[in-house]
Amino acid sequence: MSFETKEHAKQYWRENVKLMLTLLAIWFAVSYGAGILLVDALNEIRLFGFKLGFWFAQQGSIYTFIVLIFVYVRKMNALDRKYNVHED
Amino acid sequence: MDIQTLTYILVGLSFALYIGIAIWARAGSTSEFYVAGGGVPPIANGMATAADWMSAASFISMAGIISFAGYDGSVYLMGWTGGYVLLALCLAPYLRKFGKFTVPDFIGDRYYSQTARTIAVVCAIFVSFTYVAGQMRGVGVVFSRFLEVPVTTGVIVGMVIVFFYAVLGGMKGITYTQVAQYCVLIFAFMVPAIFISLLMTGNPFPQLGFGGSVESGGYLLDKLDGLSTELGFAQYTEGSKPMIDVFFITAALMVGTAGLPHVIVRFFTVPSVAGARKSAGWALIFIAILYTTAPAVAAFARVNMINTINGEDGAGTLYSQAPSWISNWEKTGLIKWEDKNNDGRMFYAADGRNEMKIDRDIMVLANPEIAKLPNWVVALVAAGGLAAALSTAAGLLLVISTSISHDLLKRNLMPNITDKQELLFARMGAAVAVIVAGYLGINPPGFVAQVVAFAFGLAASSFFPAIILGIFHKRMNKEGALSGMIVGITFTAAYIIYFKFINPAANVSDNWWFGISPEGIGTLGMIFNFVVAFAVHKVTGDAPDEVQDVVESIRYPKGSGAATAH
Repeated sequence: MSFETKEHAKQYWRENVKLMLTLLAIWFAVSYGAGILLVDALNEIRLFGFKLGFWFAQQGSIYTFIVLIFVYVRKMNALDRKYNVHED
Repeated sequence: MDIQTLTYILVGLSFALYIGIAIWARAGSTSEFYVAGGGVPPIANGMATAADWMSAASFISMAGIISFAGYDGSVYLMGWTGGYVLLALCLAPYLRKFGKFTVPDFIGDRYYSQTARTIAVVCAIFVSFTYVAGQMRGVGVVFSRFLEVPVTTGVIVGMVIVFFYAVLGGMKGITYTQVAQYCVLIFAFMVPAIFISLLMTGNPFPQLGFGGSVESGGYLLDKLDGLSTELGFAQYTEGSKPMIDVFFITAALMVGTAGLPHVIVRFFTVPSVAGARKSAGWALIFIAILYTTAPAVAAFARVNMINTINGEDGAGTLYSQAPSWISNWEKTGLIKWEDKNNDGRMFYAADGRNEMKIDRDIMVLANPEIAKLPNWVVALVAAGGLAAALSTAAGLLLVISTSISHDLLKRNLMPNITDKQELLFARMGAAVAVIVAGYLGINPPGFVAQVVAFAFGLAASSFFPAIILGIFHKRMNKEGALSGMIVGITFTAAYIIYFKFINPAANVSDNWWFGISPEGIGTLGMIFNFVVAFAVHKVTGDAPDEVQDVVESIRYPKGSGAATAH
């Protein structure tokens, strides 16, 4: 292991898990939240020709998924560098 | 030129391309055969993953299903894309760091148990065969409709092509062929979609045209809701499934996606952990291009179809004046018209006025004809459908052959074989798998459509929890993981088998547990798996220290190295 101390390794893992859970919370909110559980309420709001809940279920959630993965990639690469565990 | 000649030309050209790539990218070692030497750049891997993932079902059936189900079809859109978030965040980087070839490898080593490995191999093979039979069937349908050859001939041609590049090239050949297949299939899907969007809404982006307004005034979706209600269907944007079922089906598909062996194995082919993360992102972008277009195509096709059959005025179109696609598809038995009121006019509705039987699978294939697009676009769709089916079939065949040569023979029965012998067994495994898949494609067992729920349910209730716990719960032991997997699979399989095979008459929401359909039950199976694993772990003590050290090491990216066997 190439961490300076065991404490660093623990911190790295904690930050990793925290980032993951934050992003998963958004993942849950846009798909299961906006697209399913709250769909009826959101359908009262219009986005051009879409009802908003329907839009989240068939379009919005997918766009958000892509953004989530790339945010994760960026942040993890930064985290790897911060703890000096990046590959190359 | 007529449609058939054009189709022959386009399909022939695409096949020549795939074979050319296969010859260029032959595999020389087991590492190249299994994981393309672990050296595929993330964007190319993303494209290959997308082609691998998007099957005949995504290309041919999904838009059709949504077209008939409206909002309820969202379960497939969210389910089959949301799984990639789980893959990217929770699985791919760690499995890449682990650096083995297969999912059973991970399960077997992480839980230090041959039994675990064997259960995983059996699940992987079952899931993959289920899937591959459907792909071969898709190949047969496209051939029979567009090239007017018998289904059997179509399947055999497909088998020969797949055999050629899967057996010769292994993962390396498949990966680069899939990159080409992705380009063919996405082009074939987007061209008609853009044409139709322009025709109906004046917007070249189907994703925006979907929410745009139609020529006759008013928003497209409002018009569709109106039409649906008039004809006795549920509102297109509201759907009719209970919320709990929509929730559970979406979850089962997402988690199942993240647990499917042929998807997971793609992340062993990239050079690094950072590459594994990024390549999941690229894969989702390439998938999302089709998945955000499909619901738009579904809505356009629905409006077009209703207007063609019922007429703009809603009085029904005279059968004698019906467009040629209706009679074309009547020949295949996928459209049926019965003139119940003897007025010589067709009519489509949800209630007693209905005179049409329309198979939802034709929506994508017939869409260009329904929208009166040029012949070359129709021919293109055939080439795209074949690309989607072949790329997925090849990926699955590779999982089957790897499971046999690597997990079953090398790691279990014949540990002393050399790399060369193992490669030979892998090729033989692929060859046998192609033949079995072709046989299933020609003589589809009646249950092919039924077992898709099975594939996702099993992946969700067995692999997913075992892998997640293997990474995030360092102390999880083999007793916990094994009993979790067994309970998860047994429960899910029993529920599906009961409602789909033993007592299909009882398969109505009143009889389902909590109103969860067999399609969504994998989610409950997954929850049971987790609960049992935790409970058993509590009373059986922690995993050995050396296993915990391995888990510790996969959590940090440094030194992922090449994918190795040992």
